[in-house]
Amino acid sequence: MSFGSGAMTNSIGEIKNCDVLFIIGSNPTEAHPVIGVEMKKALKKGATFIVADPRKIWFARHADIHLQLNPGTDILLVSAMMNVILSEGLEDKKFIEERTEGFDEVKELVKDITPESVAERVGVDAEDIRKAARIYATTEKAGIFYTLGITEHICGTDNVRTLANLAMITGHMGKPNAGVNPLRGQNNVQGACDMGSDPGKYPGYQPITDQKNREKFEKAWNVKKLPEEAGTMLPKGFDLAVEGKMKAFYIMGQDPMMSEPNIDHIKVALDTAELVVVQDIFMTETAKLADVVLPGTTFAEKDGTFTNSERRVQRVRKAIDPIGNTRPDWKIICELATKIGYPMDFPSPKEVWDEVASVAPNFAGINYGRIEKVGLQWPCTDTEHPGTKFLHAGKFTRGLGKFHALPHREPAELPDNEYPLVLSTGRTLYHYNAATMTRRSEGIVQKSDEAFIEVNKKDADNLGINNDEIIRVITKRGNIKARAIVATKAKEGIVWMPFHFVENSANKLTIQAYDNITMTAEYKVCSVRIEKV
Amino acid sequence: MAKLTININGKNCRAEEDMTILWAANTLGISIPTLCHEIRLKPFGACRVCVVEVQGESTLMPSCVTKIKDGMVIRTDTERVLNARKAVIELLLSNHPVDCMTCDACGDCRLQDLAHEYGVRESRFFTKPEKGVKDDRNCMIKFDHDKCILCGRCVRICNEVQQDKAIDFIGRGYEMSIGPAFNDSLLDSSCVLCGQCVSACPVGALTEKQAVGKGRDWELKKVQTVCSYCGVGCNLFLNVKDNKVVKTTSQVGTIPNDGNLCIKGRFGNDMIHHKDRLTEPLIKKNGKFEEVTWDEAYSFVADKLKKIKDENGPDSITCVGSSRCTNEENYLIQKFARAVIGTNNVDECART
Ligand code: SF4
Ligand code: SF4
Ligand code: FES
Repeated sequence: MSFGSGAMTNSIGEIKNCDVLFIIGSNPTEAHPVIGVEMKKALKKGATFIVADPRKIWFARHADIHLQLNPGTDILLVSAMMNVILSEGLEDKKFIEERTEGFDEVKELVKDITPESVAERVGVDAEDIRKAARIYATTEKAGIFYTLGITEHICGTDNVRTLANLAMITGHMGKPNAGVNPLRGQNNVQGACDMGSDPGKYPGYQPITDQKNREKFEKAWNVKKLPEEAGTMLPKGFDLAVEGKMKAFYIMGQDPMMSEPNIDHIKVALDTAELVVVQDIFMTETAKLADVVLPGTTFAEKDGTFTNSERRVQRVRKAIDPIGNTRPDWKIICELATKIGYPMDFPSPKEVWDEVASVAPNFAGINYGRIEKVGLQWPCTDTEHPGTKFLHAGKFTRGLGKFHALPHREPAELPDNEYPLVLSTGRTLYHYNAATMTRRSEGIVQKSDEAFIEVNKKDADNLGINNDEIIRVITKRGNIKARAIVATKAKEGIVWMPFHFVENSANKLTIQAYDNITMTAEYKVCSVRIEKV
Repeated sequence: MAKLTININGKNCRAEEDMTILWAANTLGISIPTLCHEIRLKPFGACRVCVVEVQGESTLMPSCVTKIKDGMVIRTDTERVLNARKAVIELLLSNHPVDCMTCDACGDCRLQDLAHEYGVRESRFFTKPEKGVKDDRNCMIKFDHDKCILCGRCVRICNEVQQDKAIDFIGRGYEMSIGPAFNDSLLDSSCVLCGQCVSACPVGALTEKQAVGKGRDWELKKVQTVCSYCGVGCNLFLNVKDNKVVKTTSQVGTIPNDGNLCIKGRFGNDMIHHKDRLTEPLIKKNGKFEEVTWDEAYSFVADKLKKIKDENGPDSITCVGSSRCTNEENYLIQKFARAVIGTNNVDECART
């Protein structure tokens, strides 16, 4: 990591006072609607919006500069922006000097990446890149906001680091109304990472490879020896299962059959495993393949905490008793552990949290009493600590901010004669992931209940495809049908689909290629052909 | 910001330049009734229920839009002020159906509160309302023409905050109303069904369709919690009656969302009581799921896990945490993997 951890450096409440918002690979009005509302406040106040997105999303339509880039060319775009900043002397020399390391390599890397040299591949006017670079660099309160459009690539980590480079050369870090802000997709993805659902880290991002950490947790958990080696990441786990080497999966509240690319492969993995246990609220596609299904509860039936995108730990409260014979997920794990012979006798989630606070310094100052009314933002290291609105003030978590010189890499699959279009997938406002929840809402279903594909008017005309027509979408991996929405929202040569609909899952189409560090799949680029049916 | 001296109801106080009279009064603990005012919106000055007397001004001034001046002398409680407010309320009630007994906003209605506070029992101008509930196919937002007091809060939140511009004032004079242009269904407009208008409406004109008849305000237990959809982490209130979530509401002032919610948070919680919910533990026997007791399920899983661990080692087991579950649950699943099973194979799906 460039700074120390992967969370929003700044707060949601600061957004409205940004003077420049550089939104890249993120569609806030649909994926994070209420952050969208905060951004609209900034828009109303006259902030300048620079939006990099292949589609004419809401903020692109209201932006001062819309960089309608080709999917998978983010590094080229941002490198060209850095080229402009450095060649015009707009960088923050003091910040680079005092707070960072590794700058020279980045300088060397971007030296020849002029806007003119990449304009064609990126698909954006060189002059627009120059303008964007100047505005971003010369505005004090300039924040970067990104989402899956940045991370869901084989070079997802490189993309993120390149954005960090951009923020660091301009000194837009460690102060309010600036920073680098990943908007987290799922309600508690931040919390799940924080709590150590990670093969290499204990809660609070403490590496398992550090012996001191292991000893601490051995003591806290009363076990003789904790494993020293990092575990396998989930996609690798599925591969091992196909080879017969991973025997059991215990899956709490996830639906990899919908959320991972190439579901046929995952099906084989789960079918081959000796034991698959799924805890969930519905009979999901994954649960159907399980040997045992344990009925958990929704958020309305349990106490606990969620951590949002801005690192705020907030109280989730039980509103009703569990439905039927369901049990809250925390209770299921405790009871199962006890059955296996390791007593877990937490009377309620409050005591679980207290244990978290006792083993993870980032959360040491947070307890249920303090977050009764308003949540606290970690790091919060003692009970007097007010929480942290923005990170890296004065100093980065890792000490010096690290520049990473990263060249552009082409997507795993490029268009060719047979599959001439680029497919990107993403979220719509009306649904949420596999839509197991949203599709059970009468109102939402009334508004949107069908797979669709956005096709640019020109591409549609060439193929004789009409608006509203059901067409076939084909990749090397499979094909599905979807209703065509013909408009100018998607760029020419690019088609876009939401991934929510199980009967026509876009994940049947997407490529099984991953970022080599996070193992996040490349959902944003693959090559397709569309046809009339 | 510079401080100015003003006098409210005989007391001298300091308030910040740029404040309205309403704002200054509120910070000093003096309450002034309002109807068209909403903290999330620009002051509008339409209903005139917030009027006050300002020395040197011949007419009463709407406090929500009038900025304070140095040395201003203000009274919020004179006979003249109270009578003017009463007249406003009477006028509003003159064509408002007084059917509080069946209204879903009963108990949570500013007009009802004010009529109660100012003792307005009957209207001098009563005419029978006739338009009634608008027939709209959408199944989330109900609009009752007759209850609308034309305060414009819904129109303004749609235009100023959401910037979706789906609804506006339509018609004129006595026929004036609010809604999508051409009186279409919300489903045919640029409306994204966020329900922000419902949250802004001070009366029973805009309400949650699905909650109609399901409980009165004082019967509903309002439990503050966090939306379970996206990573914004909006605070919302589940309204509960008889162990059922009847509707979801929001409150201005909550962090981080200040009473704003989107369609998913406000209207997407039907999954809680959905008939498809799994309700019993299941074990697959001969390819078919069969209901079992929790004890059977636990024994089965415990035995299998122990056997697999003995035969193939702990690293042949993978645990998957969830971005949908709580922090505590994620903490426990990794503890389960590491301390109970003895493996670091714990991960979650697509870390986004
Ligand atoms: S519907 Fe409600 S918020 Fe809208 S103008 Fe009428 S009373 Fe005001
Ligand atoms: S209400 Fe909407 S924006 Fe807010 S957390 Fe829920 S899904 Fe996200
Ligand atoms: S609240 Fe001031 S005029 Fe309506």
